[in-house]
Amino acid sequence: MQVTVLSGKGGTGKTTIAVGIAETIKNSIKIDCDVDAANMYLYYKGKQTEKESFYSGKTARINSDKCIRCGKCFRNCKFDAIKDYKVDSLKCEGCGICKLVCPVGAIEMFDNHVADIIEEKIKNGNLIRADMEIGADGSGRLITKLRSKVKNNNEIIIVDGSPGIGCPVISSVTDTDFCLIVTEPTLSGLNDLERLLELINSFKIKSLVCINKYDINCNMTEKVKDYCKERNIEIIGLIPYDDMVIKSINDLKPIISYQTSRAGREIKKIAEKIFKIYKEEYL
Amino acid sequence: MLSGKGGTGKTLVSTNLALCMEANYVDADVEEPNGFIFLKPKIENIDNVEVDIPSIDTNRCQKCYKCVSFCDFNALAIAKDDILVFDKLCHSCGGCKIVCDYGAISYKKKKIGIIEKGTCRNIKCLRGVLNIGEAISSSLVKKLLSNLSSEINIIDSAPGTSCNVVNTLSYAGCAILVTEPTEFGLHDLKRAITLVENLKIPFGVVINRVIKHDNIIKKYCENKNIKILGEINYDKKIAELYSNGNLLIDNDSYKKVFIDLSKNIKEHLLCR
Repeated sequence: MQVTVLSGKGGTGKTTIAVGIAETIKNSIKIDCDVDAANMYLYYKGKQTEKESFYSGKTARINSDKCIRCGKCFRNCKFDAIKDYKVDSLKCEGCGICKLVCPVGAIEMFDNHVADIIEEKIKNGNLIRADMEIGADGSGRLITKLRSKVKNNNEIIIVDGSPGIGCPVISSVTDTDFCLIVTEPTLSGLNDLERLLELINSFKIKSLVCINKYDINCNMTEKVKDYCKERNIEIIGLIPYDDMVIKSINDLKPIISYQTSRAGREIKKIAEKIFKIYKEEYL
Repeated sequence: MLSGKGGTGKTLVSTNLALCMEANYVDADVEEPNGFIFLKPKIENIDNVEVDIPSIDTNRCQKCYKCVSFCDFNALAIAKDDILVFDKLCHSCGGCKIVCDYGAISYKKKKIGIIEKGTCRNIKCLRGVLNIGEAISSSLVKKLLSNLSSEINIIDSAPGTSCNVVNTLSYAGCAILVTEPTEFGLHDLKRAITLVENLKIPFGVVINRVIKHDNIIKKYCENKNIKILGEINYDKKIAELYSNGNLLIDNDSYKKVFIDLSKNIKEHLLCR
Protein backbone atom coordinates (compact mmCIF):
# COMPACT_ATOMS: atom_id res chain seq x y z
CA MET A 1 0.00 0.00 0.00
CA GLN A 2 1.37 3.37 -0.92
CA VAL A 3 -0.08 6.61 0.43
CA THR A 4 1.38 9.95 -0.60
CA VAL A 5 0.91 12.92 1.73
CA LEU A 6 0.59 16.22 -0.14
CA SER A 7 -0.73 19.71 0.48
CA GLY A 8 -0.33 22.19 -2.37
CA LYS A 9 0.42 24.96 0.10
CA GLY A 10 3.56 24.55 2.16
CA GLY A 11 3.67 24.30 5.93
CA THR A 12 0.23 22.80 6.47
CA GLY A 13 1.57 19.84 8.44
CA LYS A 14 2.47 17.11 5.91
CA THR A 15 5.51 15.82 7.77
CA THR A 16 3.88 15.89 11.22
CA ILE A 17 0.94 13.90 9.87
CA ALA A 18 2.96 11.51 7.68
CA VAL A 19 5.20 10.60 10.62
CA GLY A 20 2.16 10.42 12.93
CA ILE A 21 0.44 7.92 10.64
CA ALA A 22 3.60 5.88 10.15
CA GLU A 23 4.12 5.65 13.92
CA THR A 24 0.74 3.97 14.49
CA ILE A 25 1.98 0.78 12.85
CA LYS A 26 4.81 -1.60 13.64
CA ASN A 27 6.43 -1.66 10.27
CA SER A 28 6.46 0.70 7.34
CA ILE A 29 8.69 2.21 4.71
CA LYS A 30 8.87 5.97 4.87
CA ILE A 31 10.03 7.90 1.83
CA ASP A 32 10.79 11.59 2.13
CA CYS A 33 10.03 13.02 -1.29
CA ASP A 34 10.16 16.64 -0.13
CA VAL A 35 13.73 16.48 -1.34
CA ASP A 36 14.77 20.10 -1.06
CA ALA A 37 13.36 20.61 2.43
CA ALA A 38 13.58 17.08 3.81
CA ASN A 39 12.67 17.01 7.48
CA MET A 40 11.34 13.50 8.11
CA TYR A 41 14.72 12.04 9.05
CA LEU A 42 15.07 14.50 11.93
CA TYR A 43 12.64 12.31 13.89
CA TYR A 44 14.71 9.15 13.56
CA LYS A 45 18.07 7.94 14.73
CA GLY A 46 18.59 5.24 12.16
CA LYS A 47 21.43 3.08 10.99
CA GLN A 48 22.45 3.81 7.43
CA THR A 49 22.22 0.67 5.30
CA GLU A 50 22.83 2.11 1.87
CA LYS A 51 24.17 5.27 0.31
CA GLU A 52 24.24 5.92 -3.38
CA SER A 53 25.24 8.93 -5.45
CA PHE A 54 22.53 10.08 -7.80
CA TYR A 55 23.33 11.90 -11.00
CA SER A 56 20.77 13.52 -13.25
CA GLY A 57 21.12 15.91 -16.12
CA LYS A 58 24.28 17.45 -17.43
CA THR A 59 26.14 20.74 -17.43
CA ALA A 60 28.26 22.06 -20.28
CA ARG A 61 31.88 23.10 -19.85
CA ILE A 62 33.92 25.04 -22.40
CA ASN A 63 37.57 24.20 -22.87
CA SER A 64 39.11 27.64 -23.35
CA ASP A 65 42.23 26.20 -25.00
CA LYS A 66 40.17 24.82 -27.85
CA CYS A 67 37.52 27.58 -28.05
CA ILE A 68 37.84 29.86 -31.09
CA ARG A 69 35.19 32.29 -29.77
CA CYS A 70 32.93 31.94 -32.80
CA GLY A 71 29.79 32.64 -30.76
CA LYS A 72 27.71 29.73 -32.04
CA CYS A 73 27.28 28.29 -28.55
CA PHE A 74 25.70 31.31 -26.92
CA ARG A 75 23.64 32.22 -29.98
CA ASN A 76 22.01 28.79 -29.89
CA CYS A 77 21.63 28.53 -26.11
CA LYS A 78 17.98 29.08 -25.16
CA PHE A 79 18.79 29.49 -21.49
CA ASP A 80 21.25 32.45 -21.54
CA ALA A 81 23.70 30.14 -19.84
CA ILE A 82 26.83 31.17 -21.72
CA LYS A 83 28.53 34.51 -21.14
CA ASP A 84 32.08 35.39 -22.24
CA TYR A 85 32.55 31.76 -23.26
CA LYS A 86 31.90 30.54 -19.75
CA VAL A 87 28.94 28.41 -18.71
CA ASP A 88 26.75 29.55 -15.83
CA SER A 89 26.07 26.15 -14.26
CA LEU A 90 22.93 27.41 -12.52
CA LYS A 91 21.35 28.48 -15.79
CA CYS A 92 22.56 25.58 -17.96
CA GLU A 93 19.80 23.00 -18.38
CA GLY A 94 22.12 20.44 -19.95
CA CYS A 95 20.46 20.14 -23.36
CA GLY A 96 23.79 19.78 -25.17
CA ILE A 97 22.98 22.15 -28.02
CA CYS A 98 26.22 24.12 -27.47
CA LYS A 99 28.27 20.97 -27.81
CA LEU A 100 26.30 20.10 -30.94
CA VAL A 101 26.97 23.41 -32.69
CA CYS A 102 30.59 23.91 -31.58
CA PRO A 103 32.73 23.51 -34.71
CA VAL A 104 35.95 22.71 -32.85
CA GLY A 105 34.79 20.27 -30.17
CA ALA A 106 35.58 22.64 -27.32
CA ILE A 107 32.50 21.79 -25.26
CA GLU A 108 31.95 18.75 -23.09
CA MET A 109 28.93 17.73 -21.05
CA PHE A 110 29.40 16.57 -17.45
CA ASP A 111 26.94 14.64 -15.30
CA ASN A 112 25.39 16.57 -12.40
CA HIS A 113 25.58 15.15 -8.92
CA VAL A 114 22.08 15.90 -7.64
CA ALA A 115 21.90 14.04 -4.36
CA ASP A 116 23.03 11.18 -2.18
CA ILE A 117 20.26 8.67 -1.73
CA ILE A 118 20.27 7.28 1.78
CA GLU A 119 18.47 4.24 3.16
CA GLU A 120 18.26 3.84 6.90
CA LYS A 121 17.04 1.05 9.14
CA ILE A 122 14.95 2.63 11.87
CA LYS A 123 13.09 1.13 14.81
CA ASN A 124 9.87 0.43 12.97
CA GLY A 125 10.88 -0.03 9.38
CA ASN A 126 12.98 1.81 6.85
CA LEU A 127 13.49 5.39 5.81
CA ILE A 128 14.47 6.33 2.28
CA ARG A 129 15.57 9.90 1.71
CA ALA A 130 17.85 12.13 -0.29
CA ASP A 131 20.49 14.57 0.77
CA MET A 132 20.08 16.93 -2.13
CA GLU A 133 22.66 19.39 -3.38
CA ILE A 134 21.50 22.90 -2.61
CA GLY A 135 20.25 24.63 -5.74
CA ALA A 136 20.24 21.42 -7.80
CA ASP A 137 17.87 20.66 -10.64
CA GLY A 138 16.19 17.33 -11.31
CA SER A 139 14.05 16.73 -8.24
CA GLY A 140 11.46 14.90 -10.37
CA ARG A 141 13.90 12.23 -11.52
CA LEU A 142 15.33 11.99 -8.01
CA ILE A 143 11.89 11.32 -6.54
CA THR A 144 11.19 8.63 -9.13
CA LYS A 145 14.50 7.04 -8.11
CA LEU A 146 13.69 7.25 -4.38
CA ARG A 147 10.34 5.56 -4.90
CA SER A 148 11.90 2.83 -7.05
CA LYS A 149 14.00 1.78 -4.04
CA VAL A 150 11.00 -0.05 -2.62
CA LYS A 151 11.22 -3.60 -3.83
CA ASN A 152 8.24 -5.14 -2.09
CA ASN A 153 4.94 -3.43 -2.78
CA ASN A 154 3.15 -5.45 -0.09
CA GLU A 155 4.61 -3.25 2.56
CA ILE A 156 2.99 -0.12 3.85
CA ILE A 157 4.72 2.83 2.24
CA ILE A 158 4.19 6.37 3.48
CA VAL A 159 5.44 9.07 1.12
CA ASP A 160 5.97 12.58 2.45
CA GLY A 161 5.52 14.82 -0.58
CA SER A 162 6.58 18.33 -1.43
CA PRO A 163 4.44 21.47 -1.70
CA GLY A 164 3.32 22.84 -5.05
CA ILE A 165 1.92 21.10 -8.12
CA GLY A 166 5.01 20.89 -10.35
CA CYS A 167 7.48 18.17 -11.25
CA PRO A 168 8.28 16.88 -7.73
CA VAL A 169 4.58 16.47 -6.97
CA ILE A 170 3.84 14.82 -10.31
CA SER A 171 6.70 12.37 -9.67
CA SER A 172 5.44 11.70 -6.13
CA VAL A 173 1.90 10.75 -7.12
CA THR A 174 2.56 8.57 -10.17
CA ASP A 175 1.45 5.01 -9.30
CA THR A 176 0.59 5.78 -5.70
CA ASP A 177 -2.53 4.05 -4.35
CA PHE A 178 -4.00 7.23 -2.99
CA CYS A 179 -3.15 10.69 -1.75
CA LEU A 180 -3.80 12.17 1.65
CA ILE A 181 -4.03 15.92 1.24
CA VAL A 182 -3.36 18.05 4.27
CA THR A 183 -4.95 21.46 4.02
CA GLU A 184 -5.68 24.32 6.39
CA PRO A 185 -8.78 26.49 6.72
CA THR A 186 -7.35 29.57 5.01
CA LEU A 187 -8.14 31.11 1.63
CA SER A 188 -4.60 30.26 0.52
CA GLY A 189 -5.00 26.67 1.69
CA LEU A 190 -8.29 26.28 -0.18
CA ASN A 191 -6.92 27.88 -3.35
CA ASP A 192 -3.93 25.53 -3.34
CA LEU A 193 -6.10 22.52 -2.52
CA GLU A 194 -8.24 23.23 -5.59
CA ARG A 195 -5.21 23.32 -7.88
CA LEU A 196 -3.72 20.18 -6.35
CA LEU A 197 -6.97 18.20 -6.56
CA GLU A 198 -7.29 19.08 -10.23
CA LEU A 199 -3.80 17.73 -10.82
CA ILE A 200 -4.39 14.49 -8.89
CA ASN A 201 -7.75 13.91 -10.57
CA SER A 202 -6.05 14.11 -13.96
CA PHE A 203 -4.03 11.07 -12.86
CA LYS A 204 -7.22 9.29 -11.76
CA ILE A 205 -5.86 8.75 -8.28
CA LYS A 206 -8.11 8.77 -5.24
CA SER A 207 -7.67 11.64 -2.79
CA LEU A 208 -8.61 11.91 0.86
CA VAL A 209 -8.51 15.25 2.59
CA CYS A 210 -7.81 16.22 6.18
CA ILE A 211 -8.07 19.76 7.52
CA ASN A 212 -5.30 20.67 9.92
CA LYS A 213 -5.92 23.35 12.60
CA TYR A 214 -9.54 23.28 11.50
CA ASP A 215 -10.64 25.35 14.48
CA ILE A 216 -8.58 28.47 13.66
CA ASN A 217 -11.33 29.44 11.21
CA CYS A 218 -14.49 27.33 11.37
CA ASN A 219 -16.20 29.26 8.55
CA MET A 220 -13.34 28.50 6.24
CA THR A 221 -13.38 24.86 7.38
CA GLU A 222 -17.01 24.70 6.27
CA LYS A 223 -16.00 26.13 2.88
CA VAL A 224 -13.31 23.47 2.45
CA LYS A 225 -15.81 20.79 3.46
CA ASP A 226 -18.40 22.09 0.96
CA TYR A 227 -15.82 22.20 -1.78
CA CYS A 228 -14.82 18.58 -1.15
CA LYS A 229 -18.41 17.43 -0.82
CA GLU A 230 -19.30 18.87 -4.22
CA ARG A 231 -16.50 16.85 -5.73
CA ASN A 232 -17.24 13.68 -3.80
CA ILE A 233 -13.97 13.78 -1.92
CA GLU A 234 -13.98 12.35 1.54
CA ILE A 235 -12.80 14.42 4.48
CA ILE A 236 -11.24 11.87 6.78
CA GLY A 237 -10.21 14.07 9.61
CA LEU A 238 -10.39 17.43 11.31
CA ILE A 239 -7.27 18.03 13.33
CA PRO A 240 -7.61 20.68 16.05
CA TYR A 241 -5.02 23.39 16.66
CA ASP A 242 -2.74 22.08 19.36
CA ASP A 243 0.30 23.83 20.90
CA MET A 244 1.74 20.39 21.50
CA VAL A 245 2.50 20.08 17.76
CA ILE A 246 5.17 22.78 17.93
CA LYS A 247 6.55 21.12 21.05
CA SER A 248 6.68 17.77 19.24
CA ILE A 249 8.58 19.30 16.31
CA ASN A 250 11.08 20.90 18.65
CA ASP A 251 11.42 17.69 20.70
CA LEU A 252 11.68 15.80 17.38
CA LYS A 253 9.19 13.22 18.66
CA PRO A 254 6.14 12.02 16.72
CA ILE A 255 2.99 13.83 17.80
CA ILE A 256 1.14 10.58 18.51
CA SER A 257 3.59 9.76 21.31
CA TYR A 258 2.04 12.59 23.37
CA GLN A 259 -0.89 10.90 25.09
CA THR A 260 -2.66 14.15 25.90
CA SER A 261 -2.32 15.70 22.44
CA ARG A 262 -5.68 16.34 20.82
CA ALA A 263 -4.03 16.60 17.40
CA GLY A 264 -2.22 13.31 18.01
CA ARG A 265 -5.47 11.52 18.87
CA GLU A 266 -7.12 12.74 15.66
CA ILE A 267 -4.12 11.69 13.57
CA LYS A 268 -4.38 8.18 15.07
CA LYS A 269 -8.01 8.06 13.98
CA ILE A 270 -7.06 9.22 10.49
CA ALA A 271 -4.45 6.44 10.29
CA GLU A 272 -7.05 3.81 11.29
CA LYS A 273 -9.45 5.11 8.64
CA ILE A 274 -6.77 5.05 5.94
CA PHE A 275 -5.83 1.45 6.66
CA LYS A 276 -9.51 0.47 6.71
CA ILE A 277 -10.18 2.19 3.37
CA TYR A 278 -7.17 0.48 1.91
CA LYS A 279 -8.36 -2.97 3.04
CA GLU A 280 -11.86 -2.37 1.71
CA GLU A 281 -10.97 -0.86 -1.63
CA TYR A 282 -7.61 -2.20 -2.64
CA LEU A 283 -7.29 -5.74 -1.24
CA MET B 1 11.46 36.54 -0.30
CA LEU B 2 12.34 32.92 0.23
CA SER B 3 12.11 30.40 3.00
CA GLY B 4 13.41 26.90 2.45
CA LYS B 5 10.48 25.45 4.37
CA GLY B 6 7.01 26.08 3.01
CA GLY B 7 4.30 27.88 4.93
CA THR B 8 6.57 30.10 7.03
CA GLY B 9 4.94 33.33 5.89
CA LYS B 10 6.60 34.45 2.64
CA THR B 11 3.33 35.70 1.18
CA LEU B 12 2.20 37.28 4.44
CA VAL B 13 5.43 39.29 4.66
CA SER B 14 5.71 40.04 0.91
CA THR B 15 2.21 41.43 0.45
CA ASN B 16 2.18 43.60 3.57
CA LEU B 17 5.73 44.78 3.00
CA ALA B 18 5.07 45.70 -0.63
CA LEU B 19 2.21 47.99 0.45
CA CYS B 20 4.18 49.40 3.34
CA MET B 21 7.22 50.21 1.16
CA GLU B 22 5.13 51.18 -1.86
CA ALA B 23 7.08 48.60 -3.83
CA ASN B 24 5.86 46.37 -6.63
CA TYR B 25 4.61 42.93 -5.61
CA VAL B 26 5.66 40.02 -7.83
CA ASP B 27 4.36 36.50 -7.13
CA ALA B 28 6.88 34.02 -8.53
CA ASP B 29 5.44 31.01 -6.68
CA VAL B 30 3.80 30.08 -9.97
CA GLU B 31 2.64 26.62 -8.87
CA GLU B 32 0.62 28.02 -5.98
CA PRO B 33 0.45 31.82 -6.26
CA ASN B 34 -1.52 33.25 -3.35
CA GLY B 35 -0.48 36.88 -3.02
CA PHE B 36 -3.41 38.19 -5.05
CA ILE B 37 -5.81 36.65 -2.54
CA PHE B 38 -4.65 39.34 -0.11
CA LEU B 39 -3.92 42.25 -2.44
CA LYS B 40 -6.98 41.69 -4.65
CA PRO B 41 -5.52 43.87 -7.42
CA LYS B 42 -7.61 45.16 -10.26
CA ILE B 43 -6.30 43.10 -13.18
CA GLU B 44 -5.33 45.27 -16.14
CA ASN B 45 -3.51 42.86 -18.37
CA ILE B 46 -3.17 39.12 -18.92
CA ASP B 47 -0.44 37.67 -21.12
CA ASN B 48 -0.16 34.07 -22.23
CA VAL B 49 3.20 32.41 -21.73
CA GLU B 50 4.08 29.95 -24.45
CA VAL B 51 6.93 27.57 -25.08
CA ASP B 52 8.13 25.87 -28.28
CA ILE B 53 7.28 22.19 -28.63
CA PRO B 54 8.56 20.10 -31.56
CA SER B 55 6.19 18.87 -34.18
CA ILE B 56 7.36 16.16 -36.56
CA ASP B 57 6.39 16.13 -40.22
CA THR B 58 5.94 12.40 -40.86
CA ASN B 59 6.26 12.87 -44.62
CA ARG B 60 9.73 14.28 -44.27
CA CYS B 61 10.90 12.17 -41.33
CA GLN B 62 13.24 9.40 -42.48
CA LYS B 63 13.22 7.70 -39.08
CA CYS B 64 16.91 8.13 -38.41
CA TYR B 65 15.99 8.91 -34.77
CA LYS B 66 18.84 11.36 -34.36
CA CYS B 67 16.40 13.68 -32.60
CA VAL B 68 15.43 10.97 -30.11
CA SER B 69 19.03 10.18 -29.24
CA PHE B 70 19.90 13.88 -28.94
CA CYS B 71 17.10 14.75 -26.52
CA ASP B 72 18.47 14.39 -23.01
CA PHE B 73 15.10 15.10 -21.42
CA ASN B 74 13.35 12.01 -22.85
CA ALA B 75 10.81 14.27 -24.50
CA LEU B 76 11.10 12.31 -27.73
CA ALA B 77 10.60 8.55 -27.80
CA ILE B 78 10.18 5.79 -30.35
CA ALA B 79 6.87 3.92 -30.24
CA LYS B 80 6.74 1.14 -32.83
CA ASP B 81 8.23 3.13 -35.70
CA ASP B 82 6.84 6.55 -34.93
CA ILE B 83 8.34 9.29 -32.83
CA LEU B 84 6.24 10.44 -29.90
CA VAL B 85 6.59 13.91 -28.38
CA PHE B 86 6.15 14.17 -24.61
CA ASP B 87 5.60 17.90 -24.43
CA LYS B 88 5.69 18.08 -20.62
CA LEU B 89 9.27 16.83 -20.57
CA CYS B 90 10.46 19.20 -23.33
CA HIS B 91 12.75 22.07 -22.27
CA SER B 92 12.36 23.82 -25.66
CA CYS B 93 16.12 23.82 -26.25
CA GLY B 94 15.77 23.67 -30.03
CA GLY B 95 18.28 20.82 -30.43
CA CYS B 96 16.03 18.32 -32.21
CA LYS B 97 15.46 20.68 -35.10
CA ILE B 98 19.19 21.25 -35.52
CA VAL B 99 20.09 17.56 -35.58
CA CYS B 100 17.36 16.67 -38.07
CA ASP B 101 18.93 16.27 -41.53
CA TYR B 102 15.58 16.26 -43.33
CA GLY B 103 13.95 19.43 -42.08
CA ALA B 104 11.16 17.36 -40.56
CA ILE B 105 10.97 19.24 -37.26
CA SER B 106 9.28 22.56 -36.70
CA TYR B 107 8.04 24.13 -33.48
CA LYS B 108 4.56 24.94 -32.42
CA LYS B 109 3.58 27.09 -29.47
CA LYS B 110 2.15 25.60 -26.31
CA LYS B 111 0.66 27.72 -23.56
CA ILE B 112 2.00 26.78 -20.12
CA GLY B 113 0.55 29.59 -18.06
CA ILE B 114 -0.27 33.26 -17.80
CA ILE B 115 1.18 36.47 -16.39
CA GLU B 116 -1.31 38.84 -14.79
CA LYS B 117 -0.68 42.51 -14.12
CA GLY B 118 -2.76 44.75 -11.95
CA THR B 119 -2.85 47.50 -9.36
CA CYS B 120 -3.69 47.40 -5.68
CA ARG B 121 -3.98 50.80 -3.98
CA ASN B 122 -0.89 52.50 -5.37
CA ILE B 123 1.34 49.52 -6.06
CA LYS B 124 1.81 47.41 -9.16
CA CYS B 125 1.10 43.71 -8.79
CA LEU B 126 2.36 40.97 -11.03
CA ARG B 127 2.03 37.22 -10.90
CA GLY B 128 2.70 34.08 -12.91
CA VAL B 129 0.19 31.23 -12.85
CA LEU B 130 1.33 27.84 -14.11
CA ASN B 131 -1.22 25.68 -15.90
CA ILE B 132 -2.17 22.67 -13.81
CA GLY B 133 -0.34 19.57 -15.02
CA GLU B 134 2.69 21.41 -16.37
CA ALA B 135 5.90 20.11 -14.81
CA ILE B 136 8.42 22.71 -15.93
CA SER B 137 7.83 26.28 -14.80
CA SER B 138 11.25 27.83 -15.38
CA SER B 139 10.32 29.60 -18.63
CA LEU B 140 7.28 31.14 -16.92
CA VAL B 141 9.37 32.39 -13.99
CA LYS B 142 12.01 33.79 -16.37
CA LYS B 143 9.39 35.59 -18.46
CA LEU B 144 7.80 37.00 -15.31
CA LEU B 145 11.05 38.32 -13.86
CA SER B 146 12.99 39.38 -16.95
CA ASN B 147 11.08 42.64 -17.53
CA LEU B 148 10.71 44.02 -14.03
CA SER B 149 10.68 47.77 -13.59
CA SER B 150 13.63 49.58 -12.02
CA GLU B 151 11.62 50.35 -8.87
CA ILE B 152 11.78 48.15 -5.81
CA ASN B 153 10.23 44.77 -6.59
CA ILE B 154 9.33 42.36 -3.84
CA ILE B 155 9.45 38.90 -5.35
CA ASP B 156 7.49 36.21 -3.51
CA SER B 157 9.41 33.02 -4.30
CA ALA B 158 8.42 29.35 -4.30
CA PRO B 159 9.50 27.36 -1.22
CA GLY B 160 12.53 25.07 -1.24
CA THR B 161 16.05 25.53 -2.51
CA SER B 162 15.97 23.89 -5.92
CA CYS B 163 15.85 25.10 -9.51
CA ASN B 164 12.78 27.36 -9.23
CA VAL B 165 14.26 29.30 -6.35
CA VAL B 166 17.68 29.54 -8.00
CA ASN B 167 15.95 30.87 -11.09
CA THR B 168 14.17 33.52 -9.05
CA LEU B 169 17.33 34.50 -7.18
CA SER B 170 19.18 35.14 -10.42
CA TYR B 171 17.00 38.27 -10.76
CA ALA B 172 17.34 39.38 -7.12
CA GLY B 173 19.58 42.08 -5.70
CA CYS B 174 19.09 40.94 -2.14
CA ALA B 175 17.14 38.28 -0.27
CA ILE B 176 14.87 38.12 2.74
CA LEU B 177 14.61 34.69 4.34
CA VAL B 178 11.39 34.09 6.25
CA THR B 179 11.47 31.35 8.82
CA GLU B 180 9.79 30.10 11.98
CA PRO B 181 11.41 29.18 15.30
CA THR B 182 11.10 25.38 15.00
CA GLU B 183 13.64 22.65 14.30
CA PHE B 184 12.14 22.26 10.82
CA GLY B 185 12.32 25.98 10.20
CA LEU B 186 15.98 26.09 11.24
CA HIS B 187 16.92 22.99 9.24
CA ASP B 188 15.48 24.42 6.03
CA LEU B 189 16.70 27.96 6.77
CA LYS B 190 20.27 26.64 6.85
CA ARG B 191 19.81 25.33 3.31
CA ALA B 192 18.38 28.65 2.13
CA ILE B 193 21.30 30.52 3.75
CA THR B 194 23.82 28.27 2.01
CA LEU B 195 22.06 28.96 -1.28
CA VAL B 196 22.13 32.77 -0.99
CA GLU B 197 25.70 32.69 0.30
CA ASN B 198 26.77 30.54 -2.67
CA LEU B 199 25.14 33.05 -4.98
CA LYS B 200 26.76 35.93 -3.05
CA ILE B 201 23.42 37.67 -2.51
CA PRO B 202 23.16 39.93 0.54
CA PHE B 203 20.39 38.77 2.85
CA GLY B 204 18.67 39.06 6.19
CA VAL B 205 16.19 36.96 8.16
CA VAL B 206 12.61 37.54 9.28
CA ILE B 207 11.37 35.32 12.10
CA ASN B 208 7.64 34.65 12.00
CA ARG B 209 5.44 33.14 14.74
CA VAL B 210 7.78 34.09 17.55
CA ILE B 211 6.65 32.68 20.88
CA LYS B 212 9.81 33.12 22.91
CA HIS B 213 12.04 36.08 22.19
CA ASP B 214 15.05 33.89 22.84
CA ASN B 215 14.59 31.12 20.25
CA ILE B 216 16.68 28.72 18.16
CA ILE B 217 16.63 30.90 15.03
CA LYS B 218 17.77 33.93 16.94
CA LYS B 219 20.59 32.01 18.59
CA TYR B 220 21.67 30.61 15.26
CA CYS B 221 21.64 33.99 13.51
CA GLU B 222 23.46 35.76 16.34
CA ASN B 223 26.09 33.05 16.32
CA LYS B 224 26.60 33.35 12.59
CA ASN B 225 26.37 37.14 12.54
CA ILE B 226 23.29 37.09 10.36
CA LYS B 227 21.09 40.18 10.44
CA ILE B 228 17.59 39.68 11.83
CA LEU B 229 15.47 42.21 9.95
CA GLY B 230 12.26 41.67 11.80
CA GLU B 231 10.19 39.48 14.07
CA ILE B 232 6.48 38.79 13.95
CA ASN B 233 5.00 37.49 17.17
CA TYR B 234 2.82 34.43 17.23
CA ASP B 235 -0.73 35.70 17.49
CA LYS B 236 -4.00 33.88 16.87
CA LYS B 237 -5.49 37.10 15.54
CA ILE B 238 -2.87 37.18 12.75
CA ALA B 239 -3.73 33.59 11.83
CA GLU B 240 -7.39 34.56 11.66
CA LEU B 241 -6.79 37.67 9.52
CA TYR B 242 -4.56 35.64 7.21
CA SER B 243 -7.05 32.79 6.92
CA ASN B 244 -9.71 35.18 5.63
CA GLY B 245 -7.36 36.77 3.11
CA ASN B 246 -6.94 40.05 5.01
CA LEU B 247 -3.86 42.24 5.16
CA LEU B 248 -2.12 42.95 8.44
CA ILE B 249 -1.10 46.54 7.69
CA ASP B 250 -4.75 47.58 7.72
CA ASN B 251 -4.69 46.82 11.41
CA ASP B 252 -2.91 49.47 13.48
CA SER B 253 -1.51 46.99 15.97
CA TYR B 254 0.44 45.15 13.26
CA LYS B 255 1.36 48.03 10.99
CA LYS B 256 4.39 48.97 13.07
CA VAL B 257 6.02 45.57 12.50
CA PHE B 258 6.11 46.27 8.77
CA ILE B 259 7.21 49.89 9.13
CA ASP B 260 10.15 48.70 11.26
CA LEU B 261 10.88 45.91 8.82
CA SER B 262 10.87 48.37 5.88
CA LYS B 263 13.33 50.58 7.74
CA ASN B 264 15.66 47.69 8.47
CA ILE B 265 15.53 46.49 4.88
CA LYS B 266 16.33 49.94 3.56
CA GLU B 267 19.14 50.35 6.02
CA HIS B 268 20.75 46.92 5.77
CA LEU B 269 19.98 45.62 2.30
CA LEU B 270 19.00 48.42 -0.05
CA CYS B 271 21.71 50.90 0.94
CA ARG B 272 24.53 48.64 -0.13
